[in-house]
Amino acid sequence: MRIKKLTAVLLSAVMAVGMLAGCGGSDSGKEETGSVYYLNFKPEVAETWEKIAKDYTEETGVEVKVQTAAAGTYEQTLKSEIAKKDAPTLFQINGPIGLKSWKDYCADLSDTELYGQLLDQSMAVSDEDGVFGIPYVEEGYGIIYNNAIMEKYFALPDKAVDISSAEEIKNFDTLKAVVEDMQAKKADLGIDGVFASTSLKTGEDWRWQTHLANLPIYYEYKDDNVQDKEAVDFKYADNFKNIFDLYLNNSCTEPAKLGSKSVEDSMSEFALGKVAMVQNGNWGWGQVSGVDGNVVKEEDVKFLPIYTGVAGEENQGLCIGTENYFSINSHASEADQKASIDFITWLFNSDKGKAYITNDLGFIAPFNSFTEDEQPTDPLAKEVIRYMSDENLTNVSWNFVSFPSQNFKDMFGADLLSYAQGKMDWNTVKDNMVKNWAEEKAAIAE
Amino acid sequence: MEKSVKKYFPLFVLPTLVAFLIAFLVPFLLGIVLSFCKFTTVTNATFVGISNYVKAFANEDFFNALWFTVKFTVVSVISVNVIAFVLALGLTKGIKGTNLFRTVFFMPNLIGGIVLGYIWQIIINGVLGHFGLTLSMDGKYGFWGLVVLMNWQLIGYMMIIYIAGLQNISPELIEAAKIDGATKLQTLFNVTIPMVMPSVTICLFLTLTNSFKLFDQNLALTQGGPAKSTTMLALDIYNTFYGRMGWEGVGQAKAVIFFIIVGVLAITQLVLTRRKEVEN
Repeated sequence: MRIKKLTAVLLSAVMAVGMLAGCGGSDSGKEETGSVYYLNFKPEVAETWEKIAKDYTEETGVEVKVQTAAAGTYEQTLKSEIAKKDAPTLFQINGPIGLKSWKDYCADLSDTELYGQLLDQSMAVSDEDGVFGIPYVEEGYGIIYNNAIMEKYFALPDKAVDISSAEEIKNFDTLKAVVEDMQAKKADLGIDGVFASTSLKTGEDWRWQTHLANLPIYYEYKDDNVQDKEAVDFKYADNFKNIFDLYLNNSCTEPAKLGSKSVEDSMSEFALGKVAMVQNGNWGWGQVSGVDGNVVKEEDVKFLPIYTGVAGEENQGLCIGTENYFSINSHASEADQKASIDFITWLFNSDKGKAYITNDLGFIAPFNSFTEDEQPTDPLAKEVIRYMSDENLTNVSWNFVSFPSQNFKDMFGADLLSYAQGKMDWNTVKDNMVKNWAEEKAAIAE
Repeated sequence: MEKSVKKYFPLFVLPTLVAFLIAFLVPFLLGIVLSFCKFTTVTNATFVGISNYVKAFANEDFFNALWFTVKFTVVSVISVNVIAFVLALGLTKGIKGTNLFRTVFFMPNLIGGIVLGYIWQIIINGVLGHFGLTLSMDGKYGFWGLVVLMNWQLIGYMMIIYIAGLQNISPELIEAAKIDGATKLQTLFNVTIPMVMPSVTICLFLTLTNSFKLFDQNLALTQGGPAKSTTMLALDIYNTFYGRMGWEGVGQAKAVIFFIIVGVLAITQLVLTRRKEVEN
């Protein structure tokens, strides 16, 4: 119950402060220049944000406070922080669903310089009332592979496929042939399995219930030419099953044990060279390079699109998008709002700010103020940029931002676990997914 | 002396009273109000009447969690108290190393719930691994895992309370029973147990409420998985609060219902066991 008590203390503190604020009035206190309070989403770069804040204050004299929410608790932290008198002036929402709950607090950003600089303005979170979230980073995910192991495989004299490099894998059938042959020859390749563990532990299953599930939904939306649906048919369910089965059956871990594996386990299996492939995004580079005894060389780390056997997927790229959108607290004072906008404008326009973005944060910034040399240099980010700039490929957008709720994702994840354990057949998984989607959409609609 | 204590009574009580008000009473009342509202942040709520309660009662997860919690509570209240009492009996017989044993049994209680949960997760998964299983394979493993964890953590504490109770029984009573020709079992059930009823009241109260309100251990050990089958009430409330946009109020309504259930249970139990207590 400790967490509950803590929440209670926090809430009461919030309440007490709230009452004081009510008495004091909102116009008193702050000086004309305003100050910035940023609630950071990414714990892994918390220190960098502190450094940026300090630097900015030294340069401009404007006070910048950065606080970081612990992993997976951003919504919770934001909920309590924003009710305080000293609330975040700059925070982030995760897309259209996030806007639904935070709209009261999001200022219209359509007149800002930064919005004008967006390479693709349709990426911003907006509705008929204005623009409420500006994406500040582009991220991509796919199948990360270790090219050293792939080359070893393609050099084998008895390989069962006629291609000779991983880059020639252009569709699901080729991928399947390669993977299954590699799994059969895993002893020769010195690996425990082709794919890292399909982590299905509760709370560690987002790579499947969110990221992988994005693909069938992307194709379904595309067929209907929509961005969101109240009810889905999950008509590409078999494609999802294709790739999911491939992950399960050609892994270093037997399916029954996947319920105890975390994302970190998978990433270290990859880093230690025990497996050749793992599905994750470019943010995972830190998790690979940070593992003790890491044997994967930087130049060997590459991305492969997630092929699922959809017709025409030869031209499919990585899944590229973001769920990180800057929003300005509309309840903050005018001066604070302006200070916050100035801060992010500085961040993506000044040389110093841009250096922080690309070198320290490793962000691929979606603004035209960045030149081609001003891009991050870690291998996975470079791969994402390569896919983004390839004219022949169509990248898959992040449609999972329209998934109805966390509850929906958790239920789908639990079903995938049951399926992996052999306790649920695929049709039930599919039917449940369709049913839960509709129910959850209805539950949040009221 | 007594006079000056009376004089300064308000001053001494003030810090605790303020803390109680800020940390308990205000959030509690705020919580009740919020259970009738739709809100994203606690300071920005709109009144929606009883619709949150309607949704809470229509929510299948809530009742599954309630049922699971009841099962868990029954099993762990019985097992914790029986084992703790037996240990207490053994450790008041004056065997060698009594103090060492008491300390060792008490120690798990000093470790926080989250840490315990993760440690036991590793242990249980390690053991189940030999049979090709994991905690997530079936809800029953999570259930028994939680029971074992709860026992391991609470037995020591309850044992200390029982030991204190047992040591309070005057030896004359036991001796008199012996002279009257009572067997060991008869002495236990007709003399010892009635005499330690005050300890039983406290121990039952503590195990009952602790089991019912269990959160940390549940979150750390199974996270409610697989498929919510090991979600207890507190965790279900937490999940409702953060699992869907706009369902914060429903979580709050569930929390109020939860409070009422725990309150009724605890008071009923207190009244029932108090009746059984005998005057010394």
